[in-house]
Amino acid sequence: MAVVRVGIAESGVVMNPDSISTLGLGSCVGVTLYDEKRRVGGMVHVMLPSTELARGTDFNRSKFADSAVPDLLKQMIRYGADERRIKAKLAGGAQMFSLGGNADSLLKIGSRNVEACRKVLSALRIPILSEDTGGSWGRTVELFSDSGMLEIRAIGREKKLI
Amino acid sequence: MDSGTLSDFHLDVLKEVSNIGAGNAATSLSSLLGRAVDMRVSRVVPMPFNGIVDYAGGAERMILSVFVRIEGGISGNMLFVMGTSDALALISHMTGASGGEGFTDMGLSVIHEVGNIMIGSYITALSDFLGFELTPSVPSLAMDMAGAILAFSLSEIGRSSDTAIVIDGCLSLDGNPLSEEESSHIFLLPDPDSFGRIFQALGVAGHGGR
Repeated sequence: MAVVRVGIAESGVVMNPDSISTLGLGSCVGVTLYDEKRRVGGMVHVMLPSTELARGTDFNRSKFADSAVPDLLKQMIRYGADERRIKAKLAGGAQMFSLGGNADSLLKIGSRNVEACRKVLSALRIPILSEDTGGSWGRTVELFSDSGMLEIRAIGREKKLI
Repeated sequence: MDSGTLSDFHLDVLKEVSNIGAGNAATSLSSLLGRAVDMRVSRVVPMPFNGIVDYAGGAERMILSVFVRIEGGISGNMLFVMGTSDALALISHMTGASGGEGFTDMGLSVIHEVGNIMIGSYITALSDFLGFELTPSVPSLAMDMAGAILAFSLSEIGRSSDTAIVIDGCLSLDGNPLSEEESSHIFLLPDPDSFGRIFQALGVAGHGGR
């Protein structure tokens, strides 16, 4: 079994029995898609909520929720996943620091990322089975393609399976 | 200005900015500790985001970090970053605690305050050198995975690039890193449109283009 590593603003798709993982999600969100019949799992490490925030037109589509999630869906379909069976799980979107005053919009990037991921999934009619989002701590996540379970690890917290 | 378009000359100018800012921060820490603290190296490196995380010891490495957002003549983020053993060594030096009990609230507030002083003196030096008014946010402390802390700090830069110019000052105490682990760092991560303003302020905007 191989573990495919997804970095910041990167995506990937794996098939049974491999798993796919991203390390140290803070305000970023790990969006996972899974087709339980084909046992195909995908993950993208989203950094920002919307391509409206992008400066310039030549940007990395895996960085923004509104382009990254539809692209991941297409990639899943190329791997044989059936759009009607695909379900999502989310993790991340934390607020790592607490500052006062004018830095507010910067700090809320985590919850804005989560909101944006939910919105784009709903527009694509992909149900969200579960999520572990918010809080003020970093998360490492791994999606197992044999079961569709998402494992979440954080410093000083119990390992979680959602 | 994209990081790819900076000339070697401009990278050297940024290294000087780091020498001045982090040098001043080291002096402040020196007087606080009553021991020699100096800037071991200044590095200015354009790096992809995932490379920056590796540079800081890997996404899952536990670090302590004090974060400050700067607005004003230039904008960007500053981070004071320490590994756990460095931080425990510093806490024990300042409070006499053995470090055996791990990170107490008191220990964390020492790191918070040290980070605050270091970043504050960096910003003061930067502001004097560039002739800009700079307004720092309230400093905030986190102890967590390096990936989680750094990716958040890069989110503003992420709007226009997948690469950031890391202006890094490595600190050492009495000629050695604070512990056997990698030394501590003070990172300046200017927003992309601030580089032009730095070079303009220093009168070198037109120099050394590729």
